[in-house]
Amino acid sequence: MRTAISALEVRSVPSLAEALAILRDDPRTPIAGATDLYVALNFGTLEPRRFLDIWSLNELREIAMDGSKLVIGALATYTSLIRSPLVASRLPMLGDAARQIGGVQIQNRGTLGGNIANGSPAGDSLPVLAAVDAVVVLRSADAERRVPITKFYTGYRATVMRPNELIVAIEVEPVEGRQWFRKVGTRAAQAISKIVVAGVRAPVPRIAFGSVAPTVVRVPETERALAEGRTIDEAADVLSREITPIDDLRSTAEYRMCVATNLLRRFWMDTG
Amino acid sequence: MRFVLNGTSTIVDAHPMARLLDVLRQDCGLTGTKEGCGEGECGACTVLVNGEAVCSCLIPVGQVESADVVTIEGLGDDHPLQHHFMNEVGAQCGICTPGMIMAALSLGPSPTLADVRTALAGNLCRCTGYSAIYRAVMKWRETQNASGPAPASAAR
Amino acid sequence: MPAVGNSVARKDGIGKATGRAQYADDITFPGMIHGRTIRSTIPRGSIRSIRFDFDTDGFTIVDYRDIIGRNSVDLIEKDQPFLAERDIRHMAEPIVLLAHEDRERLNAARVEIEYEEETPVFDPEQSPEIFKKIDIVKGDVASALATADVVVEGTYRTGHQEHVYIEPNGVIAVPEDVEGKKGVAIFGSVQCPFYVIKALRCLFGKHPPIRVIQTETGGGFGGKEEYPSMIAGHAALLALKSGRPVKIIYDRLEDMIATTKRHPAIVRHRTGVMRDGRIVAMDIDVLMDGGAYVTLSPVVLSRGCIHAAGPYRCENVHIRGRTVFTNTPPNGAFRGFGAPQTEFAVEVQIERVAEALGMDSVELRRINALRPGDTTATGQTLRKDTSALMVLEEAVRRTDYARRREQLKGTNRGLGLSLFYHGAGFTGSGELSLKSRARLELTPTGVRIATGSTEIGQGTRTTHAQIVSDALGIPYEDVEVAQPDTARVADSGPTVASRTCMVVGKILEGCAHEMKERLNGLSPAEYHARHGAFNVEQVYEPPDWIKWDDAAYRGDAYATYGWGCDVVEVEVDPDTFEARPVKLTAVQEFGRPIHPALAQGQIEGGTAQGLGYALLERVVMVNGAMANSQLTNYIIPTTLDMPELDVVMLENPYPGGPFGAKGLGELPMDGPAPAVVNALRHLGLDIREIPATPELIASCAAVA
Repeated sequence: MRTAISALEVRSVPSLAEALAILRDDPRTPIAGATDLYVALNFGTLEPRRFLDIWSLNELREIAMDGSKLVIGALATYTSLIRSPLVASRLPMLGDAARQIGGVQIQNRGTLGGNIANGSPAGDSLPVLAAVDAVVVLRSADAERRVPITKFYTGYRATVMRPNELIVAIEVEPVEGRQWFRKVGTRAAQAISKIVVAGVRAPVPRIAFGSVAPTVVRVPETERALAEGRTIDEAADVLSREITPIDDLRSTAEYRMCVATNLLRRFWMDTG
Repeated sequence: MRFVLNGTSTIVDAHPMARLLDVLRQDCGLTGTKEGCGEGECGACTVLVNGEAVCSCLIPVGQVESADVVTIEGLGDDHPLQHHFMNEVGAQCGICTPGMIMAALSLGPSPTLADVRTALAGNLCRCTGYSAIYRAVMKWRETQNASGPAPASAAR
Repeated sequence: MPAVGNSVARKDGIGKATGRAQYADDITFPGMIHGRTIRSTIPRGSIRSIRFDFDTDGFTIVDYRDIIGRNSVDLIEKDQPFLAERDIRHMAEPIVLLAHEDRERLNAARVEIEYEEETPVFDPEQSPEIFKKIDIVKGDVASALATADVVVEGTYRTGHQEHVYIEPNGVIAVPEDVEGKKGVAIFGSVQCPFYVIKALRCLFGKHPPIRVIQTETGGGFGGKEEYPSMIAGHAALLALKSGRPVKIIYDRLEDMIATTKRHPAIVRHRTGVMRDGRIVAMDIDVLMDGGAYVTLSPVVLSRGCIHAAGPYRCENVHIRGRTVFTNTPPNGAFRGFGAPQTEFAVEVQIERVAEALGMDSVELRRINALRPGDTTATGQTLRKDTSALMVLEEAVRRTDYARRREQLKGTNRGLGLSLFYHGAGFTGSGELSLKSRARLELTPTGVRIATGSTEIGQGTRTTHAQIVSDALGIPYEDVEVAQPDTARVADSGPTVASRTCMVVGKILEGCAHEMKERLNGLSPAEYHARHGAFNVEQVYEPPDWIKWDDAAYRGDAYATYGWGCDVVEVEVDPDTFEARPVKLTAVQEFGRPIHPALAQGQIEGGTAQGLGYALLERVVMVNGAMANSQLTNYIIPTTLDMPELDVVMLENPYPGGPFGAKGLGELPMDGPAPAVVNALRHLGLDIREIPATPELIASCAAVA
């Protein structure tokens, strides 16, 4: 364990209101399930020094309906997503994604809000949220705003969040059409994705990819091609020009591109 | 901070960002929980917090304030699952065994082989190829069921 | 009821399952401080300056000038320093050691090193330095190739493999006063305590009393065969300089980057075969990347070359082996020790030879498989305990191989087979040179086994106790096993090479027989009460028929061989090219299982490691160091990656082994990779290297 713990400082809070007050006056890094943060702590690559521990804010764990909207609290863990009957009936592909994140231990601690705030391009829940145009609810001491997930990221691990804000919930409007999710990891469990796809089959399909760009991306050109009734081969061709996967430690650009187009076809076939 | 450790109320004077793993091993002297990777990949550091299996190398000890923490020591020296692990050779070198046992405790009363694989997918073993671990866990569940309904608490 | 042949209660007790078993990092000593190794950040060059950019108060600092003996890790050669003096030959080479009681200050200490860099060599085919060459010649390969009906050529590649013992390397060095002399005791995660003694005696000169005690060890697989000498030497240097116990535990990152790995290999085959299926010529070239220092490369090459022709008879064989230098961390022992590399190559080659002939590959193997009376590439005449056909026929029958192959045609599943063997014990005259010893001590209640053989999960304590119990005719419960402490036990040689049960167990059997005679009908307790204690110690005597010429590399390479045949069904996802093994049948013959459940565990565990080697485990080297040195990115099989395993254990006893047992630990490692690749061949994928990652399969499929 390579980080000097004594140099770190953390405050914990009894309520969301207190948390937001602290962030207004004394901005610091929120910490919840810590499943990514503590990897950096272990390896000595942790940059922040001052933290706000929000793990105990149970008010942010609820999964409920608000009218026809599904509202998922930011601190809902992957386990709670897997077990939620509301997620199972309204957004089953989110449960699919959660089941394939880490193993049980990670699922018990990782949160949806954490996955979003962390902003890894390989975040497994992100294509699911992008494909259904989920909305991220951000709250500060004075205000609340809503940002579509598709506008949430400005670059590699860069978000529109302000230092005084917390993600409090994710809202999902009813999803018309069959949902489809596929994660290609480095192995069958406990795997970082090499490529991850989520799709909704509708007259205007919505398709999102992870691990093929610096952020999660929708593929509007490909969606349009399919909506216009072009063939799947033509759409695959459009896709190959729309995404820009890279070589990295886990995989290659060539493989990712090949698999992306294969999975597009598979999505189309499975949901047709 | 104060929390319940293996059934006993415990006070520990540690930095709230200290890893729960280190607090258990060093401050509490309970070395049964092991460090294999420091990144939540191997599961050797698995403990139960409020009944849920988690990687203690990824938990700030401040977050277990008032929680119920159970480590391998909490099972004592005579737990049936421990005996099954040794008898079925589910433990070879044994370093993954405490974490493996803690993860297995959350299985339901009648798991299928697929359930067992999924429950243990976050625990790496390099010695056994896992087959003997499945045998140990399934045997445990079978004998539990044969001798009566499984008790509610995780420590049995 | 005899102990041998039954899955008796293990001597390890329940400690591994209760958390009470004490591994290196669980142990503390009063006044103990922590050690850290400062390593090079370049792959090749020399040190220009070292500057300590921290408050050194309270620190113990050690560099090469603190070494009073010789600064080299005594192994086969003496080329590897404990601490670099000026020349750097690989990334992460140890240079300076620090120790302090406060771990935060220890980790925060900045050491600034300036280097003069040179151009490193990473490609073994471009290496300027050969560590060892081997030439195995039988018959006349050139003529045989010229007159063969068909000649098939192929080049096969295997990569590094990292052990990933779940417990990383770790030791504690404790200063000890022994009869007025300043000495040191090393407690640690080691496979070979006597190797460490030898290395430390060199480091300190003969004078300081040194003993090595093995703590409960969380996996070895060869990764703790020779490497611990290095970490032990470091801890000892810090302990003797500071006067305090020093603990050095590597975290996973350091362990993966700095310690040994399996040698990568390039194996080239030219096989001459007749239309009727007889293999008449095998011309094989083996190149292994040794890394920056010799360590065990010559022996890995040796075993690899001896097994390179596979379990087949052939009158004309030429195997040329080289192991060479590159500016990478030295490679070392890993379960299988050269044979997984070369047996991968030959088993895929055999499949291609069958394809070239238009012959069923099982039939081709059947025609050429070694039988009793046949000679190997080194000219060894095999004896009755030769089971190539036995395992082949059983595997084929059990999996309904031919029919299943046919059924799978046109699907996205392939079925592949591999036939393999593994020599047990040290090569050639190795066991003779080792002069391994074992000791039995009479106690008031029974006997105590006192050997340097280490329990690393494979069941040493248990199988040794079973053998002694039955050979002596006393209850298994009355046999205890001493913790390996070099001051207290006999040097039974290293716990490697699949020798611990077969060779050391044999010595113990002999000791037990001698003790039984002396007891003359009395129980140990009775004898002890009347006459007191006594010890019996014996030296291993290899079978007298073993003749080996080390210069010519000819003769009886091993006293006996284990035999295996793996059949695996693999499904390839048509969209993602992920290869998923669905079911694997492992048929293995190893004389006789002393403890069936432990033996099955060796087969299941070795098979899992072999599957990782085949499909998942890829070491990515960047600038001469492992870039994916985290378990997130170097991946071993999880529960969900493992297929259904069907294990069959056959028996064909080896008369020279205790109760007929042969060595088993490494055999299972040799089969899975070629079986998997042959299953992929069945799907039309011409793969010739491992790991067969989805990326590799995808590019292969694009060409097919």
